[in-house]
Amino acid sequence: MATMNMLQAINNALDIAMAEDEKVICFGEDVGIFGGVFRATSHLQEKYGKARCFNTPLVEQGIIGFANGLAAQGSVPVAEIQFADYIFPAFDQIVNETAKFRYRSGDLFNVGGLTIRTPYGGGIAGGLYHSQSPEAYFTHTPGLKVVLPRNPYQAKGLLLAAIRDPDPVLFLEPKRLYRASVGEVPEEDYQLPIGEAEITKEGTDITVVGWGAQMEVIGKAVELAEEQGIACEVIDLRSLLPWDADTVAESVLKTGRLVVSHEAPLTGGFAGEIAATIQERCFLYLESPIARVTGLDTPFPLVLEKEYLPDHLKIFEAIRESVNF
Amino acid sequence: MMTQYVHQPDFMTGDEFSIPTFSLLNPEGELHSDADEPALERDHARRIYQAMLATRILDERMMAAQRQGRLSFYMQCTGEEAAVVGATAALNDADMIMAQYREQGALMYRGFSIEEFMNQLFGNELDYGKGRQMPIHYGSRKLHYMTISSPLATQIPQATGYAYGQKLAGNGHCTLTFFGEGAASEGDFHAALNMASVHQVPVIFFCRNNGYAISTPAVEQFAADGIAPRAFGYHMHVIRVDGNDVLAVYEATRQARKIAVEKNQPVLIEAMSYRLAAHSSSDDPSGYRSKDEEEVWRAKDPLLRLQKWLLKKHWWSEEEETSQQETLRREVLETMKRAEKRSSPPLESLISDVYADITPSLQRQFDQLKRHIRRYPETYPRGAQSLDLDVGTETDTQGEA
Repeated sequence: MATMNMLQAINNALDIAMAEDEKVICFGEDVGIFGGVFRATSHLQEKYGKARCFNTPLVEQGIIGFANGLAAQGSVPVAEIQFADYIFPAFDQIVNETAKFRYRSGDLFNVGGLTIRTPYGGGIAGGLYHSQSPEAYFTHTPGLKVVLPRNPYQAKGLLLAAIRDPDPVLFLEPKRLYRASVGEVPEEDYQLPIGEAEITKEGTDITVVGWGAQMEVIGKAVELAEEQGIACEVIDLRSLLPWDADTVAESVLKTGRLVVSHEAPLTGGFAGEIAATIQERCFLYLESPIARVTGLDTPFPLVLEKEYLPDHLKIFEAIRESVNF
Repeated sequence: MMTQYVHQPDFMTGDEFSIPTFSLLNPEGELHSDADEPALERDHARRIYQAMLATRILDERMMAAQRQGRLSFYMQCTGEEAAVVGATAALNDADMIMAQYREQGALMYRGFSIEEFMNQLFGNELDYGKGRQMPIHYGSRKLHYMTISSPLATQIPQATGYAYGQKLAGNGHCTLTFFGEGAASEGDFHAALNMASVHQVPVIFFCRNNGYAISTPAVEQFAADGIAPRAFGYHMHVIRVDGNDVLAVYEATRQARKIAVEKNQPVLIEAMSYRLAAHSSSDDPSGYRSKDEEEVWRAKDPLLRLQKWLLKKHWWSEEEETSQQETLRREVLETMKRAEKRSSPPLESLISDVYADITPSLQRQFDQLKRHIRRYPETYPRGAQSLDLDVGTETDTQGEA
């Protein structure tokens, strides 16, 4: 075990993947000698050479187009988009190409080797264009997998799994936690399952579901609730596509109550999908309406970021209201 | 790069450069007096011609079939066979081709059978694409032809990436990507050329400048002298070639391939041609161009030009021409009859290949769909037929051998 922050855990995962398989290739804007603007790819170019870790021109649609071709050829590209806010020029390549490559060719060709890494989320005074959580645009796209880690241990195990997964994975990294989240991480190679949620805390009164950076916020809210004698069951989905409805449904059958929280805006957010599925599966067991604690339906603000964000107090209030319904 | 400083403002437009058009054969099928005949063996020249002829006949027959209502949609390569087949013939057969959609000639040259074409066109149980894409979206792994995707230009940066992988693998192969002059307006085109040049990738960008993007003429697509000058902006080798002159296309692509594979440098080729047919079976060119204009280009038919050259060299004969045309027409018609009668892909192919493995959520949706189809089988005849087949016999989705 070593103590690592999330960036170090991600860097360590990339290092292991590149050492193990020479087909693994990392590239994106500034990922070469500089090691990425967040340093997630530090020292990889020194270690594995310019051919396997390099800067690209500043063109996201080109990065993902290039990555699709490289993956179709049989390489294992790990492409970085510098901020999730800048992934949209590549939207066509991801949604129309990456996601449909296997299906449209009848499995003659696929880009399963592809992993797209990108930092997402707010709380860093990043304003409209360094704060967004665009996961729901991609969870609406069959053929993609969407994975979000909550801490260094999860980041390393899930990233290694994503790189080796037979399907293309969009790996959304909570950048607020890049350095803030520190924990024990095994130095050796390990993988965590994609598509399986994790119950991070057991409880009987209410189920609280989230993913990525929001798990830390949920943790604080749950502490407040526990002080008031509310026993919360906390679930980290870890991957949104596919998502582990069974684990959530099983929990809600037990607790009868559900709060889902994400930073992205309310309307069309992934919490809506969870709420719809859980009311189908647990209709007769629900004791209160499923609550969503999310960002507002606005662009991501700057000065009023604190007001916008679904913080621990908003989640705590939702838990209280649900229990007292 | 070093720059020279000047002390008076001097704006440039690119008109300082003039890109010529490389041409070997005149419309009469004779070599220009100062042209060198490319080193093309008799059998190779015949293979090229036969692929062009087969493409022409397939296109004629299938367009007719579409008009008879037997086929939902079709797109012809007519007028551009020399550009497509000539380029393909200059490659190693194991080089990757990433085409736009109008390049069936490339597959024909590499040996895609008439039956394989038909299976895709009719989306039957033998279609490699499992009936998922509209007609003409062919693909073949064994022939190194990437499955076609409708969105324009997406294949261009993919070709750069594919070729980068070939370079790392060190297998001496390259990638050629076809696209139209319209698609070259997409951002993906510029991204692809810049990345290929920066990363020194063995890729050939082959632009079929056929004058039209559906109805939009080239003069409304770009203000510059075609697509070729864009290569300067990326510091890339470039050549413009008479796209109706198969010998010139062949020779230009052969030399481009040498640059790509031996120097790991990308090349842009702009083939000047004309889309003699409509954009697709859903298009009617009479609304945007004149018959007179079409006639000018019909007189430059690339197929006739090569045929004349072959006849002069006694590498082809009128008798062969007649019998070959007859044989091809018969084969197309007979194969079409068989292909359109074949079963549809099984219902299971609706949900396979979304992921490597079917997800539990999708499996639940599929089970629900099957229950619904059992209740209303007459509304969903293909699904119902497939479900009946499910009883007792496992229907296997057809893969490529």
